[in-house]
Amino acid sequence: MAESPFKADIERVEKELTEKMTPGAIAYIPGSSVINKTGSWRVFKPEFNKDKCIRCFLCYTYCPEPAIYLDEENYPVFDYDYCKGCGICANECPTKAITMVREVK
Amino acid sequence: MPKKVVSGNYAAAYAAKHARVEVVAAYPITPQTSIIEKIAEFIANGEANIQYVPVESEHSAMAACIGASAAGARAFTATSAQGLALMHEMLHWASGARLPIVMVDVNRAMAPPWSVWDDQTDSLAQRDTGWMQFYAENNQEVYDGVLMAFKVAEHRKVNLPVMIIESAFILSHTYDIVDMPPQEEIDEFLPPREPLYTLTDFDNPIAVGALATPADYYEFRYKIEKAMEEARKVIKEVGKEFGERFGRDYSQMIELYKTEDAEFVFMGMGSLMGTVKEAVDLLRKEGYKVGAAKVRWFRPFPKEELYELAKNVDGIAVLDRNFSFGQEGILFNEAKGVLYNTDAKPIMKNYIVGLGGRDFTVNDIRAIAKNMKEIIEKGKLDREIEWYHLKR
Repeated sequence: MAESPFKADIERVEKELTEKMTPGAIAYIPGSSVINKTGSWRVFKPEFNKDKCIRCFLCYTYCPEPAIYLDEENYPVFDYDYCKGCGICANECPTKAITMVREVK
Repeated sequence: MPKKVVSGNYAAAYAAKHARVEVVAAYPITPQTSIIEKIAEFIANGEANIQYVPVESEHSAMAACIGASAAGARAFTATSAQGLALMHEMLHWASGARLPIVMVDVNRAMAPPWSVWDDQTDSLAQRDTGWMQFYAENNQEVYDGVLMAFKVAEHRKVNLPVMIIESAFILSHTYDIVDMPPQEEIDEFLPPREPLYTLTDFDNPIAVGALATPADYYEFRYKIEKAMEEARKVIKEVGKEFGERFGRDYSQMIELYKTEDAEFVFMGMGSLMGTVKEAVDLLRKEGYKVGAAKVRWFRPFPKEELYELAKNVDGIAVLDRNFSFGQEGILFNEAKGVLYNTDAKPIMKNYIVGLGGRDFTVNDIRAIAKNMKEIIEKGKLDREIEWYHLKR
C-alpha cells in the first residue's frame, strides 16, 4: 500500500517547532500541522467497500483534511491518523461504497 | 541642519516619509487626519514611494498594517481616541505576531460626551496590548520619536510595535520649528528593515496566526515580556545613537529637569511637561527647590530610573491627564506600584489635571507646588488624589 504523502516532515517538525518557538508563533516548516493527529477527534469512522467503488475520486476530491489519498490502482486509502470522521466522503459517494460506523474505543 | 516650521501632525508625516515607510493604511479621525492627509500629499506629488491603503475603519487600518508588516514591509498608521479603541483587538494581534508597526496616536478624550481635545486615557487604556508607548513633549519629539520607534521596533531582539503619542491640538495643530536631518543621514541611522520571516519569501513559506494550545501559549507570552525587557536596553542605545548623530539625546527613559537638588518633583507625560519645565524655572526663582521628571516611555515602564529618582526626593507630584475610574490616575498607579517593594518611599500625591483639554497653566503648577510643600513639611498627605480643576 502507498505511503501517505503527508507524513514526510513529522520528525523535523516535532524536533524543531516544539523546541524552537519562533517570535510571533510563526510556523516556518510547511505542512507542520501533521504533528496534530486529528484522527483522535473522530466519532464515526468511514468504512470502505472496494467492490462498490467505481474510482470516481469524489471522496478524494471532497475530503477537506485531506485524509484520503489514492493507491497505485487509484482506489482511495483512508488515513485514520487524520480523518476526523466528518462523513463528507460517505455523503458524496455515488455508489454508497463508504459507510460511517460509530467507533467504539 | 534643515529646519521646517510644522505642526505636530506634519512632523509625524515628515518622519514617516523620512523613515521610508512602505505601507500606510489609515482612516481619518480628528485630530489625527492631517498626518495621513500630508502623507497622501507626498505620494500625490511623487515625493514618496508609499503604498497607501484607504480602509473603511481603524480596525481594518491596523489589520492592513499587520498584513503589510508580516509581508516584510515597514508599515505606519495614525489614529486618535475612538479610532484607537476600535483598533483594540488588532493591537494585540500586532504585538502577539511580533510585528514592528509604528503608529502615531494623537491623544484625544474618549466620548461621551464628545470631545476632540487632549486627554491621555485613550492611549493608556491600551497599556496591556504589548505595544511600546512613547509620549512626546513637543513637535520635535514627535518627529524624532517616529524615527527612533522604527529602529527600536525592528531590532532583532525586540520585534514589537510602538505607539508615538502626541497631544491633540497642543501639538497636533500647533506650529513649531522642527529640525529634520538630511535624508542620507537618516538612511544611515535607519537602514531598510530586515524581517525575521516574511510572507513574501516564497522559497521559505511560513504561516502566521497559528494556534497555540495550553502547552505552548504561556511561553509565547513570556517571550513578549523578554522582548519588552530587551527593549529597555535597545531604547537607551538607540536614544544615545540618535543623540550622537543628530544632537538630541534620548538615552533617558525619564527625562530629568533640575532634579539634582530638588526637594520634590513634578512627574507626568506629554506636552504638559513643557509647561511644567517653564514653571520649574519660575518656582526656583521664588525659592522652591523643585524639578521635573518627564516619563518619555510608559511601556516598557522605566522602573529603575523611577527608583533612582524616588530615593533622592521627599515628594513626587504625579500629574495625570487621564483617569482609571474606580482607582486613580494611571501614571500615579504605576509609579506607586513600582516603588512599593523598594526602600524609596517619597510622599506621592496624584493631581488629575487637564482632562478633555482643560487648560493647565504655570499658575496651576504654582498652586500644586504650594500644596506639595505644605504636605512635605507636615509629612502627611491631605488627600491622595486631587481633582485639581474641579468647579466647587
